[in-house]
Amino acid sequence: MSAVEEVTSEAPAVEAVPKRAMTLGYGTSLVVLGLLIIAPMFLKNFFVFQMTMLLIYALAVLALNILTGGSGQFSLGQSAFYAVGAYTSAILMEHMGVNYALTLPIAGIICFGFGFLFGQPALRLSGIYLALATFALAVAMPQLLKLGFFEHWTGGVQGLVVTKPDAPFGLPISQDRWLYYFTLVIAIGIYVASVNLLRSRSGRAFMAIRDNEIAASAMGVDVALYKTLAFGVSAGITGVAGGLGAIAVQFVAPDGYTITLAISLFLGMVVGGVGWLPGSIVGSAFIIFVPNIAEHISKGLSGAVFGVLLFLVIFLVPHGARQVAIVAQQLIGKLKK
Amino acid sequence: MELFINQVLAGIATGAIYACMALAVVMIYQAIDHLNFAQGEMAMFSTFIAWQLMQWGVPYWWAFLLTLAFSFAGGIAIERMLFKPLAKAPILTNVAGFIALFAIVNSVAGLTWDFTIKQFPTPFGSSPFLGSQLISTHQAGMIGVTVGLLILLYLFFQFTRIGLAMRAAASLPESARLVGINTSWMIALGWGMASAIGAIAGILIAPVVFLEPNMMGGVLIYGFAAAVLGGLTSPLGAVVGGFLVGVFENLAGTYIPGVGNELKLPIALALIITVLVLKPAGLFGRPIVKRV
Repeated sequence: MSAVEEVTSEAPAVEAVPKRAMTLGYGTSLVVLGLLIIAPMFLKNFFVFQMTMLLIYALAVLALNILTGGSGQFSLGQSAFYAVGAYTSAILMEHMGVNYALTLPIAGIICFGFGFLFGQPALRLSGIYLALATFALAVAMPQLLKLGFFEHWTGGVQGLVVTKPDAPFGLPISQDRWLYYFTLVIAIGIYVASVNLLRSRSGRAFMAIRDNEIAASAMGVDVALYKTLAFGVSAGITGVAGGLGAIAVQFVAPDGYTITLAISLFLGMVVGGVGWLPGSIVGSAFIIFVPNIAEHISKGLSGAVFGVLLFLVIFLVPHGARQVAIVAQQLIGKLKK
Repeated sequence: MELFINQVLAGIATGAIYACMALAVVMIYQAIDHLNFAQGEMAMFSTFIAWQLMQWGVPYWWAFLLTLAFSFAGGIAIERMLFKPLAKAPILTNVAGFIALFAIVNSVAGLTWDFTIKQFPTPFGSSPFLGSQLISTHQAGMIGVTVGLLILLYLFFQFTRIGLAMRAAASLPESARLVGINTSWMIALGWGMASAIGAIAGILIAPVVFLEPNMMGGVLIYGFAAAVLGGLTSPLGAVVGGFLVGVFENLAGTYIPGVGNELKLPIALALIITVLVLKPAGLFGRPIVKRV
């Protein structure tokens, strides 16, 4: 109710994360990478498929993390960008016969443009108002995809079936494994690029805006440009994830991309730690596996079990997986002494 | 012209539902500075309690009062147990907490009372109001209760000590603490009141949309939209916003070709965003001036 808000005395919506703390050390990265490469060789096809989805959602969570953790803008509309990416890939593959690998950069570019344009009106909004605007986007997207006008391309309510690609060059591995490694390569590429982006001039501009928009603009950061840029980058990565998701699930339909997906991605970001990029994969694991676990514990009360588990996580580690990583690092540091 | 007037009347009738919910949303926003995503589910749960009491033979108004008391206590209990420990956690973590609460309440209600839709009685009757087919006496009663509630809230916040203390705690917590206001309990009180207002909204809405665990999903979205449109800092704005959203939604459905029931919501949201882009603090909200 007060008309004047002290920006500095208020706790920022997103905590400042020191630049170096946004990534993992080399040793840990190598161990994680090794696990991700070796694990699928010993798993059944279904689990390999789940691990592919794990990487895809991790990418989508990472994209949200760049937007929220990096530039401090909140979005509940990630499912819309994901849907655009998925449909772009599906339509290019099925209607135009484009190779699946080539559809991904196109999906990314289209989503980048879409996000960049959406970022323009969003510039006027912040906090809860931005949340509502992005939310509206997420609610509208499935309805737009169902419109009769686009039906020839989108398949309307029924959606489109996507063919699963075979491993190239006659490699003796199953389709699922091939798709997993394909996804892994893309995921690593985007992760490295994102880390570098946040370390660059643009990344520092994002973080300056996140920490204090007025001060950032006083220092000469083009606030409007970098805010829309953050939206575009985030939407672009989400679009690539959406395209990969369409190829992995082999199916796109409007009802697969509702607001529930956007909320899941948001939960993934919180559980992984806002602004901590490696946490994305932890968050992704949470949103893929915990609902299944909840279903196992009790069919009728699966929603309640999921809620209780979520509460447990945020009570124990309000800052998400990042907090666990920091504690672990300190413990290791002590042991070394 | 007659079609237009009829559609506006029908819009005001549905708008009353949104206004009720928006009022509850603004209440809790005043107290805790966050939008509570579980608000609709809490209201739904309260409505089920009222229904259960009536099934056990409690008369309508007693069930109403008991439900209010239960919701008030329940709101305070939820704040004390679940959200007070999270007071120092980041805002986004709190939002995740709301989503968790949403899942829990929805699932528990579904298991206790299952997902079949139930009739809910109304104290106002459902005959046509003043000869109009579009507004029933129930909807007129709903508008009356909403406006009455708004006046009561206004009096409470302007003219009572506790109301003043709650406003102080919401606007400048640290200064409020220094003058001896127990800000932590003011937040709990805000939760209790929001939960009770939500219960009233639920009980008023249930005869129209029927009672079932997912009844609030759509209503809450419109309630949020109405609250944001009116300005989150203004209870009056929330009520006006609710009516506006209701009327606009109906008019868009009637006059814009190709807008079926499916596209009503996106269109209403698009309007709200347009308003927000032009007037970022909402129609009645006070713009917040920032100082570095």
